[in-house]
Amino acid sequence: MSQTKLKTDLQHLKKPSRSKTYFTLLLFVVLMIVSAISVDFSFQKLFEGFPNMFNLVDKMSPPNWSYFSYITEPMLETIRMAVVGATFGSILSIPFAILSARNVTKSKWVLLPTRFLMNINRAFPDLLMAALLVAVFGLGTTAGIIALSLFSLGIVSKLTYESIEAIDPGPLEAMTAVGANKLEIIYYGVVPQIMPQYLSYCIYVFEINIRFAAILGLVGAGGIGQFYDTNLSLFNYPNVSAMIIYTLAVVLVIDFISGRLRRSLI
Amino acid sequence: MIEFHNVSKVYPNGTRGLNNINVKLEKGEFVVIVGLSGAGKSTFLRCINRLHEVTDGEIIVNGKSITQAKGKPLLHIRRDIGMIFQNFNLVKRSSVLRNVLSGRVGYHSTMKTIFGLFPKEDKDLAFQALDRVNMLEKAYARADELSGGQQQRVSIARALAQEAKIILADEPVASLDPLTTKQVMDDLHHINKEMGITMVVNLHSIQLAREYATRMIGVRAGEIVFDGPVTEATDEVLDFIYGKGTTTVESFPEKQQPLEEVVQ
Ligand SMILES: Nc1ncnc2c1ncn2[C@@H]1O[C@H](COP(=O)(O)OP(=O)(O)OP(=O)(O)O)[C@@H](O)[C@H]1O
Ligand SMILES: [Mg+2]
Repeated sequence: MSQTKLKTDLQHLKKPSRSKTYFTLLLFVVLMIVSAISVDFSFQKLFEGFPNMFNLVDKMSPPNWSYFSYITEPMLETIRMAVVGATFGSILSIPFAILSARNVTKSKWVLLPTRFLMNINRAFPDLLMAALLVAVFGLGTTAGIIALSLFSLGIVSKLTYESIEAIDPGPLEAMTAVGANKLEIIYYGVVPQIMPQYLSYCIYVFEINIRFAAILGLVGAGGIGQFYDTNLSLFNYPNVSAMIIYTLAVVLVIDFISGRLRRSLI
Repeated sequence: MIEFHNVSKVYPNGTRGLNNINVKLEKGEFVVIVGLSGAGKSTFLRCINRLHEVTDGEIIVNGKSITQAKGKPLLHIRRDIGMIFQNFNLVKRSSVLRNVLSGRVGYHSTMKTIFGLFPKEDKDLAFQALDRVNMLEKAYARADELSGGQQQRVSIARALAQEAKIILADEPVASLDPLTTKQVMDDLHHINKEMGITMVVNLHSIQLAREYATRMIGVRAGEIVFDGPVTEATDEVLDFIYGKGTTTVESFPEKQQPLEEVVQ
């Protein structure tokens, strides 16, 4: 190819413009500044607040260690809620993930409504959802478990459908060529490819469910959160600090175990 | 037997993959398709089992129109057509046996296949197929533990377990070394000779085409520009198929010369 020919060809091949990237960056900075102003953020207040924090720590110590035995049962309840919620949510997320993966579900009429439902679920503030569920199902763990299930569903279905969209399309093609129907293609072509990731997401969502379950009690949806609420309103800070330490310990242990489990999966 | 009747395929972006193809492939033939990169070889192959939809014309496979078939009948036509891919397309995390058995799903109800309830005959069939390509001892290995050549032989076993009457192979040896290439091509050759399975194979190597094919089809810019026994595929013919040393389809002249003129 001659030099001039190459030149004219290169003119056709336009270099992708960078302005989009710059514009996005600018937008981001502007949005950040505007948000900071609108929430009345000031460094002054931040510094003024610091001494109060030390004050609180002072009031909290020493923790009331004997309170541990008293809150063990609600702590177990919290863990159970997290487990049940993670299980329901993870199972429910399977059809959602499959129906919203572009490479498996070809029909826009199925894909878009499914994604829409998922987006609504995720966009809904989690604690508000829990409060509404308490209004419907009454105080207690039922509302909490449903809230946790919906929360888990949102996370696992999104992560899973993204994993499905990233699978090797080869086996799907091979299964199509073999004469498999849609379900068989999914079962033989998709499932083996995403199983380890999916299981890892289930464990991960259980991990974050614990944190969420611990505060659900603030809106009356069961678990240890109720005890935070009572103790805080009674200014019983040594109890609060005991609970914080307990919760922290449980969360850390669960994180450690689930981290191990997840690593062994992949 | 595969028949193309005025088949054209235009991709959604306007690219013409196939242009008014009329051809008949007989049972038991070993057909090799050659042509430049982008000539339409894969498109040709993938229209046969409708991995790609044609935009015009009709393809008849063993007397049934696959282009008109819908639902179950379509799946049943596909069941009779095995396919072998350049990058094997095995499920890497699954065992070799499971990959071969997946060739059987078209024969059973969805429930049975999902619970893995394959009858004993199916398992025997899978083992026989693996034996045929000398992969029996790897039956319980995970597919990703195998070399490329071994994976390709497993994918041939899948097509055999499928009891396909036709095997389509899209550059089955493109990613293999010369020795493995020979093993895989020999497997295909034996299957063709001994079991009478029709082979339609896309190849980039003329040498291999000459060695294994009974019939060669030259494709250029979506059209068949040569069709005949390998012995007739002289260097001049190949030069024409490959556009005389030029390397892009775009550089073809607007009006193609008829083949006869070139050969003379
Ligand atoms: N999915 C697609 N969408 C749009 N155009 C396509 C698509 N697949 C193939 N094409 C175009 O159709 C033409 C034929 O492609 P095809 O893959 O059949 O060529 P090929 O002969 O198999 O080439 P290769 O030897 O590189 O595999 C090419 O111009 C290609 O760019
Ligand atoms: Mg190709």
